[in-house]
Amino acid sequence: MSDKVFICRCEDLTQEEIEQAIDEGFTTLEELKCRLRLGMGPCQGRSCLSLARRILCKKTNKSTEEIKLPPSRPPEVPVSLGTLASD
Amino acid sequence: MNEIEKKADIIIIGGGVNGCSLAYQLAKKGKKVVLCERNYICSGATGRCGAGIRQQWSTRENTELSIKSIKIFEKLEKELGQDIGLRQGGYLIIVHNNKDMIQAEKNVKMQKELGLDVSILTPDEILDVVSILDIEGMKAIGATFCPTDGHVDPFKTTHAYAKAAERQGAKLYKFTNVTDIKTKNKRIDCVVTNRGKIKTNIVINAAGAWSKQIAEKLNIKLPNKPFRKEILVTERVKPVFKAMVISFKDGIYFSQQDEGQILGGIPIPNEISGYLTNPTFDFLNHMSKTLTRYSPKLKYVNVIRQWTGYYDVTPDARPILGEVDEIKGFIQCNGFSGHGFMLSPMVTKILTDYITDGKSSDILEKLLIKRFKDKEITHETSVVG
Ligand SMILES: Cc1cc2nc3c(=O)[nH]c(=O)nc-3n(C[C@H](O)[C@H](O)[C@H](O)COP(=O)(O)OP(=O)(O)OC[C@H]3O[C@@H](n4cnc5c(N)ncnc54)[C@H](O)[C@@H]3O)c2cc1C
Ligand code: FES
Repeated sequence: MSDKVFICRCEDLTQEEIEQAIDEGFTTLEELKCRLRLGMGPCQGRSCLSLARRILCKKTNKSTEEIKLPPSRPPEVPVSLGTLASD
Repeated sequence: MNEIEKKADIIIIGGGVNGCSLAYQLAKKGKKVVLCERNYICSGATGRCGAGIRQQWSTRENTELSIKSIKIFEKLEKELGQDIGLRQGGYLIIVHNNKDMIQAEKNVKMQKELGLDVSILTPDEILDVVSILDIEGMKAIGATFCPTDGHVDPFKTTHAYAKAAERQGAKLYKFTNVTDIKTKNKRIDCVVTNRGKIKTNIVINAAGAWSKQIAEKLNIKLPNKPFRKEILVTERVKPVFKAMVISFKDGIYFSQQDEGQILGGIPIPNEISGYLTNPTFDFLNHMSKTLTRYSPKLKYVNVIRQWTGYYDVTPDARPILGEVDEIKGFIQCNGFSGHGFMLSPMVTKILTDYITDGKSSDILEKLLIKRFKDKEITHETSVVG
């Protein structure tokens, strides 16, 4: 077992990788998304975005209100192409 | 935020793939470059696009530009010292009727003259390339295929350009909005931003779908119009095909990424121009219907996300490049009409040569804004999405 702390399980991202990207200058959740695919997995960030926000707050000395969550993109839950194709 | 520079040789407006590539190339030539991006790098069309790269076009200029661009993409990872996610699985362009086959044959002939490895496939050969397609469902009579077309990761590429630009001394300012541009004696004099003024004699308008507003600040009228474009991605499934499948008639494009997700888009009928951002159910429905008609096996695959971005569309679907006649130092790099990612390596090289050495080229001359004053314009017809 390694002592890595996973923040985004869908995209296999550790706390360390997120902190490193913040140090490189990716200082909003939107930018971390672009840089690391944070929150782009099957759960669409449900489990990881608020955890990542906490790391961002701590590292950039900002309050949670100051750090916006990226706009949520539909669909709410995964839907099959077959279902979506029906009239 | 820190103080910004007070002076620069060149100011680039827009931190998409084109702005960042320009920043890199111009800084490498020793120019003092500032890039202003009102949001963050990749927040415009670049971060929302399909990032397919293809060389199969109907106009000579686009074919030439994209052949040369792909040659640059092939070497870019080495040049920038970072992975750009290049994958060359080919583009399969479905042909549905005899009339379109005549146009396809014409295109292929011209493309071959320019040295492209491209061929016409029979329905059986289509299935050799992408086995999950349904020939009857697609109503296909054949296809054209070029194996060196493919896909590049837009985030990786643009961030790699940005990093390399900074290494060359360029300043990239995010969350920096250009609010005005001032001239003196019909020459660019300075750029005004929310963080202060910057003196310069050269401004490059690489503001994507907002380029029109930038030009308006100088009373230059661009014919560009923004169109909302929608795109979706599915969950990851076992990788089964490598090519991008597209159809000019149905407007659809889709491909499978290395990790297994299927990504694609289609225009929704009767879309009107404007800055509309919300994703629609009409798109989901139309895309799912067409995609499952092309490949019924995909019925069981789940869509996990849909989003929108803008195409910056010109009357002939070709970009506007180069200096305007009215104001010295005001340079356009916009109007990409939905294919500005794949053309970016060559377009930005042409502009860099023009700015640093005063060198023009045939392609640049043909893509100046002046062309809209002529009566005859050559329309690019090989467009999807
Ligand atoms: C859904 C979709 C799919 C696509 N698929 C493909 C494809 O498969 N292949 C392909 O080649 N192309 C594709 N495109 C087109 C491609 O995305 C664009 O042509 C390309 O990314 C344009 O890059 P750019 O750098 O010119 O502009 P953008 O990436 O749009 O960047 C312009 C930037 O300018 C900034 N800006 C605007 N106004 C100001 C201001 N006043 N001050 C400061 N900054 C400002 C914006 O915030 C923005 O970040 C697609 C586009 C969409 C929307
Ligand atoms: S845990 Fe990050 S997207 Fe699912």
